[in-house]
Amino acid sequence: MKFHLKVWRQKDPKSPGRLEDYEADNIPADASFLEMLDIVNAGLTGKNIEPIQFESDCREGICGNCSLTINGVPHGPGRGTTCQLYMRKFRDGDTITIEPFRADPFPVQRDLVVNRAAFDRIIQAGGFISERSGSAPDANSVPIPKTTADEAMDAAACIGCGACAAACPNGSAMLFVSAKVAHLGLLPQGKPEKDRRVLGMVRQMDQEGFGNCSNYYACEAVCPANVPAAFIARMNREFTAASAKEMAGLPV
Amino acid sequence: MTTSPAAKAAGPCAGQIWLFSSIGKKTVVAATGILLVAFVVGHLLGNLTIFLGPDALNSYAAKLHSLGPALWAIRAALLGILVAHIYFTMLLWKENHAARPQKYIASNPVGTTVFARTMRLSGLIVLAFVIFHLAHFTVRVVDPSFATMTTTLDGHKVHDVYRMVVTGFSNGPVVLVYVVGLFLLTFHLSHGIGSLFQTLGITNRRIRRTYEIGGRALAWALYAGYISIPVSIFFFGLGKGAIQ
Ligand code: HEM
Ligand code: FES
Repeated sequence: MKFHLKVWRQKDPKSPGRLEDYEADNIPADASFLEMLDIVNAGLTGKNIEPIQFESDCREGICGNCSLTINGVPHGPGRGTTCQLYMRKFRDGDTITIEPFRADPFPVQRDLVVNRAAFDRIIQAGGFISERSGSAPDANSVPIPKTTADEAMDAAACIGCGACAAACPNGSAMLFVSAKVAHLGLLPQGKPEKDRRVLGMVRQMDQEGFGNCSNYYACEAVCPANVPAAFIARMNREFTAASAKEMAGLPV
Repeated sequence: MTTSPAAKAAGPCAGQIWLFSSIGKKTVVAATGILLVAFVVGHLLGNLTIFLGPDALNSYAAKLHSLGPALWAIRAALLGILVAHIYFTMLLWKENHAARPQKYIASNPVGTTVFARTMRLSGLIVLAFVIFHLAHFTVRVVDPSFATMTTTLDGHKVHDVYRMVVTGFSNGPVVLVYVVGLFLLTFHLSHGIGSLFQTLGITNRRIRRTYEIGGRALAWALYAGYISIPVSIFFFGLGKGAIQ
């Protein structure tokens, strides 16, 4: 297959960037999007042009590193990560625009690579369980209702890729934060720190400069892990409830 | 157990910290939004008494005005609610803009609706409409003759609201302002009503669709109810005979 690419090139965080045109020729239909870029880069190296910088790690949809916005949609058309997107999804001869994930707290490092350390700092503000809870317990030694376990699993599916914040017109990271708050807070090991966690993570999110949720649901539409925006509603009420406890002087 | 520094920061000013957090600000918008919707529903029910004849509308209006100081308290509360709604949406607007300074060149608004994306525009047009509406029927500066229209009801001299409304809506451009202004309110509420359940955290993934459809239905029902009054007067001659 053959594609016309418009790719965001930017030398470093301070330089202005712009879209540049490249041709992708002889691309197998079953190549993944990242493999297509590998092929284009191999060609560029031969022509003594700096290869296009982009991030990837697992290339099997679990690490959340492949942060590309394809034709205005983080991770491109369909659900799933960029590494799990195959060129057969496109039509031969298509023009494809590739931009980095956009959100103020995700500064562009180079070309398509952005710095997502803001997410790490949000996790450090409460996305953990402080007490060591031992190795994996025997099945059913701690009974957890099936609906609760399922709900926690749906939230735990979040791979922290940042597509939610990149898709949101407000640059809001609420879907990511709410998934972490729910997945840890729903289960017995994480419950004792529930209030402290939601307060810490939401405040850190605000401090990092992520936007506020306007209930656009663009996040949910692009999430490769199918995390539903209902977790944001849950986080909203948990944050307000925990704040009310604080206001009443109760320990959180 | 370690306490994260952010979680420890609250203390005595926990209320203020909540209020100006992302979630707090949005909660104020949703809570004031509900109160405004409640007002809009109540106001419509009162206005619909126009279809029961001059005495029904005039006695409803006279009863409202007889509340005296209580009426002023309600007006002041409504103004406060509206100001808070607008103030917090403008704070959100500023922050949201800063959080996403660079738009995508190949923009593609997946998942969102046109109603959601135009909340600020529709809201500001509604604000302009509300100001016109108050100037028209409350302060009565658009047509000063409205202020001097009186009638007798059960032997008392009262303001002739019926005559004022029928005269007011006999004017083509004025009717157009109402039809357009109210349409933008419907646009605003098409997203707003369904959305507030999400903001207040009283929804789940199954029921969300119901709230969204119900909210949109309520928004359009309000539109039909409100414009039925100017449309009946302007196009179908409602009340023309009664005010001769
Ligand atoms: C008069 C000027 C108004 C302005 C400028 C305005 C502006 C806005 C904006 C920008 C939002 C979205 C906030 C966000 O999601 O980030 C919003 C939400 C909302 N507005 Fe308004 N609005 C106005 C009047 C009204 C009126 C008259 C009503 C009701 C009758 C109303 C009801 C709502 C509701 C229910 C929401 C949804 C709250 C939520 O999503 O949780 N607004 N408004
Ligand atoms: S590279 Fe790991 S998810 Fe795509």
